[in-house]
Amino acid sequence: MEKFIRLTATACPLDVANLNTDQLLPARFLKLPRSAGLGTALLHDLRFNTAGRERPDFPLNRSAWREASIIVGARNFGCGSSRESAVYALYDYGIRCVIAPSFGDIFAGNAAQNGLLTAIVADNEAATLIRLLGEQPTRRLTVDLEQQTIQCGNETFRFAIDAVRRTRLLNGWDDVALTESYTDKIAAFKAADRARRPWATPAKPE
Amino acid sequence: MSEPLTLFDKLWAAHEIVRRDDGEALLWVDRHYVHEGSFNAFSQIKARGARVAEPSLTFGVADHYVPTRGPRRAITNPDIARVVRTLEENTSEHNITLFGLDDPRQGIVHVVGPEQGLTLPGLLVVCGDSHTSTHGALGAYAFGIGASEVAHVLMAQTLWQRKPKRMRVTVKGRLAAGITAKDVVLAVIASIGADGATGHAIEFSGSAIRALSMEGRLTLCNMSIEAGARSGMIVPDETTLAYVKGRPYSPKGTAFERAVEAWSTLTTDDGAEFDREVEFNAADIAPIVTWGTSPQDALPIDASVPDPAREPDAARAKYLCEALDYMGLMPGTKLTNIAIDRIFIGSCTNARIEDLRAAAAILAGRVSKVPGLVSPGSSAVKRQAEEEGLDRIFRDAGLEWGESGCSMCVGINGDVVAPGERCASTTNRNFRGRQGPGARTHLMSPAMVAAAAVTGTLTDMRPLLAGRKV
Repeated sequence: MEKFIRLTATACPLDVANLNTDQLLPARFLKLPRSAGLGTALLHDLRFNTAGRERPDFPLNRSAWREASIIVGARNFGCGSSRESAVYALYDYGIRCVIAPSFGDIFAGNAAQNGLLTAIVADNEAATLIRLLGEQPTRRLTVDLEQQTIQCGNETFRFAIDAVRRTRLLNGWDDVALTESYTDKIAAFKAADRARRPWATPAKPE
Repeated sequence: MSEPLTLFDKLWAAHEIVRRDDGEALLWVDRHYVHEGSFNAFSQIKARGARVAEPSLTFGVADHYVPTRGPRRAITNPDIARVVRTLEENTSEHNITLFGLDDPRQGIVHVVGPEQGLTLPGLLVVCGDSHTSTHGALGAYAFGIGASEVAHVLMAQTLWQRKPKRMRVTVKGRLAAGITAKDVVLAVIASIGADGATGHAIEFSGSAIRALSMEGRLTLCNMSIEAGARSGMIVPDETTLAYVKGRPYSPKGTAFERAVEAWSTLTTDDGAEFDREVEFNAADIAPIVTWGTSPQDALPIDASVPDPAREPDAARAKYLCEALDYMGLMPGTKLTNIAIDRIFIGSCTNARIEDLRAAAAILAGRVSKVPGLVSPGSSAVKRQAEEEGLDRIFRDAGLEWGESGCSMCVGINGDVVAPGERCASTTNRNFRGRQGPGARTHLMSPAMVAAAAVTGTLTDMRPLLAGRKV
């Protein structure tokens, strides 16, 4: 997994509450393998009309935000389906950070497994960022994960992120390597648990 | 005396292998379900050259992509055919039991797990699907995970998690006749919001919850995720034990007795603390339908859709305008004046036998004014419904009697609602485009969907039930 330490980039505002993972990646694209690159399918039905033409008023289609690596969203970003492909689609498009007042729990976990930073700011701060970006779309934000700050012009905003996810992103670690160091503890738990909860193992169907 | 604990505290403690100083804990996973969509996770373990650590604790089900109309093996879309085949190959390669397309146990994973006795009280259950919260109805800790977490479970039978906060949703009193778990959960979501329980594990309690059948409880816990909670659960009781006993994979004989003894400790102790509590009166809950593009946009059937002009909050007014525009609704329209184009009865939320019976009770001897599909929750539910003659009732009403799978709830298999069409649906998400691009979804209980079919508009089902046996 790629590390996330600091990023300076243009940021696209998406002022839509409860922007669910069905919007981020519509279900009909789920059958595609990751190797196909899911960036073109990101937010597909909001970016394109039914004829497949771009909707010019959708923020990500505006020239200033087309190359954005940051999204500033509204509350409950990424709620709904557990599809990790929604994170792949954001990442493959080039998004490395989403700033929002809150995130769907499963989405935030998936993001941390894939090097995508989910930065939590207060409701009014997200609204301020969205307003500032609207006033000056080419403005670049600097997101600093070590400092947990977002720099927007002269203004600095602090953001929150789970401490463990922060460490994981800063180092580019994944859970599998970490878990390997607990192999003995897992084996000991399993042995004790089999004796303690014999009913937890599936019975043989008759 | 030891500190009083919640059901969730006890379930968590029983699965904690180690807790680090930073608060993350490594949890043991008792049951893991995979489906066609898990191909991303299998690719990850392949890339690492890893094997499945505990193949006997993972079960595969073909549900998300499989056809639910017409012959089951006739998959015309090559991408879908490949994904279904990949599940067969991956489970076979790793010695995982698969309830595949031709298996009599096939069905929707959240119907099949409890039905087969694989999901039990006291277990930690995960699956790469957000509606895994369903299984909490049996007193299990069950939650949806992403592909990387699925890969981790396959490789190590464990997961790193931070303990969520505890929330109790109490529903007191008695539900009125005809009011179902679907109405309860939509009322809860409408009240606390689509992110009202984010970061929390919900325990549902109170006399109205106790009185629910196991199938009603499964519907209730299923939609916990629509309030933002990864898991919802109910303390196991006699209803739970009666449901679990005698199922193919559940403990037998003395093993069952030992299990029952262990499960009797799975209670929330008096005085146990919750981080948040909300309470509802069952008597206040009417049949509920959604009007907008989030499950929180839910109202009693006798209400009217909101009018943005009367909304003082500008952001809320903008949201209402956009939702009404997508749904093709005029502000202030009475819900009962909304005409529908199609119905769908199916999904992990509401396609169990009791759901089909409830819909059939309304439809018997009547004709649907709109086309529609009934997709049973599992192949076993399908067989039982046919034994009871329910399929006949649906067919005679002019509806299509299909096969089991996720079908038109998520539309991955190609069974979609056409752009602009309005569908009364027993499913769980009325998101934009959820049932197909441009589809307009109204969520409600199976009986309410049946009533909408009979009248062609959103309708209170209660008058249609008068004098009928339920």
